[in-house]
Amino acid sequence: MGRFLLSRLVTAFVSMFGVACLVFLLIHLVPGDPVDVMLGESARPADRQALRASLGLDQPIDTQLLNYFSGLAQFDLGQSLHSKRAVGELLAERIPATLELAFAALFVALIIAVPLGILAAVERGKAWDWGAMGFSMLGVSIPNFWLGPMLILCFSLWLGLTPVSGRDGLTSLILPAVTLGSGFAAILACMVRSSLLEVLGEDFVRTARAKGVAEFQVIWRHAMRNAWLPVATLLGLQLGALLGGAVVTEVVFDWPGIGSLMIESIQKRDYPVVQGCVLFISLMYVLVNTLTDLLYGLIDPRIRLDNSK
Amino acid sequence: MIRLWFPLGILALWAVAAISGDWVVESANQIDLQRILQSPGEQGLMGYDDLGRPILQRIWVGAQVSLLVSVGVVTLSLLIGTAVGLFAGYQGGWLDLILVRIMDVFLAFPGILLAIALAGVMGPGVDNLIIALSAVGWVGFARLTRGQVLSLKQRDHVTAAIALGTPRHLILLRHLLPLLSAPLIVEATFGMAGMVIAEAGLSFLGLGIQPPDASWGSLIRDGASYMLMAPHMVLAPGVAIMLVVLSLNILGDRLRDRLDHRSHG
Repeated sequence: MGRFLLSRLVTAFVSMFGVACLVFLLIHLVPGDPVDVMLGESARPADRQALRASLGLDQPIDTQLLNYFSGLAQFDLGQSLHSKRAVGELLAERIPATLELAFAALFVALIIAVPLGILAAVERGKAWDWGAMGFSMLGVSIPNFWLGPMLILCFSLWLGLTPVSGRDGLTSLILPAVTLGSGFAAILACMVRSSLLEVLGEDFVRTARAKGVAEFQVIWRHAMRNAWLPVATLLGLQLGALLGGAVVTEVVFDWPGIGSLMIESIQKRDYPVVQGCVLFISLMYVLVNTLTDLLYGLIDPRIRLDNSK
Repeated sequence: MIRLWFPLGILALWAVAAISGDWVVESANQIDLQRILQSPGEQGLMGYDDLGRPILQRIWVGAQVSLLVSVGVVTLSLLIGTAVGLFAGYQGGWLDLILVRIMDVFLAFPGILLAIALAGVMGPGVDNLIIALSAVGWVGFARLTRGQVLSLKQRDHVTAAIALGTPRHLILLRHLLPLLSAPLIVEATFGMAGMVIAEAGLSFLGLGIQPPDASWGSLIRDGASYMLMAPHMVLAPGVAIMLVVLSLNILGDRLRDRLDHRSHG
């Protein structure tokens, strides 16, 4: 277990370090002079010089990298060019909204996908199975920047049931969560179905049936318990991916999370904030993935034995 | 399930629309203030937008962007990813270790987050869009190729080729690459579907195609402000995206069943 833990942590650390390096390089990908792009061509030379110095762009690149990492080590992500506030502070304001949306979407995905997947596996080859698989094919094919506006049109504009946008109470959370969660529900339903189908072919399921255990109990108590493991891994991976996918959904619903902060900052050419957003979301993603991996290894000894070979 | 003619028909329509797109560019950008937000009818099959431009023609032109970007990105990703994967998997050792670590770093960015950041920083335009999405897309192909090569290089025919003194590049190109083509084609089909959505997504966020040019994503963004008065502005481009992506996904599914027996269990 020690070796497994160590190898996972090393991988996570290397990934985080690489992510930080790439994010550092982002500002150097700005075409031409980033200072010109941020301030506009007509800026005074003194202002230009001041910005260049405050971003550290007047120093050689190795010094810049060093300063950047020593800043990161102190949780200093720099300062917004627009509002002059610390990037960390701006992020902290937006984190709760993004987490709320991600967890709500995960919840939506679960309550759709688990019953649907189980139904499809139990009714394999019949109408329910085709229906569920059709739904999941459709679910992965509908982009959330289209599903979102269509849901707003139906439920907010025509039926007047939910607010059009913003974050104000539970009703405002429903549509964004459904929009973000439906694509994941589609993937998850497939996973539940195939995982359960595999388990249903096992001997212990046949034994349980032979003993006369009720079919519902066979599925829920015997089969599903064993089918959870691969599903749980996918859930962990998805929670991280939800943070990335939330960017578009947040923009559609004007949800005040990190994703919409990132797009606003791109429009204002506020690059330090853009860097902060990318860094934060990616580090969360690496963290969640590593935790999922470790938990999975803890639950199922086969994983950690396989990995420490 | 659904017969193959449905996805193939949609994809053929997509390709024809993309190729013939140049002929309707002029009418797609033709502003007609008399027709602002007009609903679909005899004069315009899909209605008109907020500047009185015909939606049908704008979707037609948008097909060009979406085909160009998705084919461009998948081709570039396929080339880079396969080369990296072949090299890492076959060579092994420290080179493999470094390349895998680099892949891990790119995989550490969730979804299209990195593409959004890159496109946002590099500025709009089709070429920047292709670069930004390829930077995200190559990793999937590299990982797939490397994994396959690791198991394929143990096969007898590769051992025989090595024993006969076949040069390395010939082993890679002639003995390994042909066996990789099936899973790569399947992955590329799904990749196309993902890239159609990604291109439209970036354009929706205002990071892709710039006005007055039309992209399916920017059409949805424009339409979102007029949803109550003119729902057709959002409806039509969304259906176009959905049909193309659905067709590619169905095609990918079929190809996987047909070509790639191993990954299907």
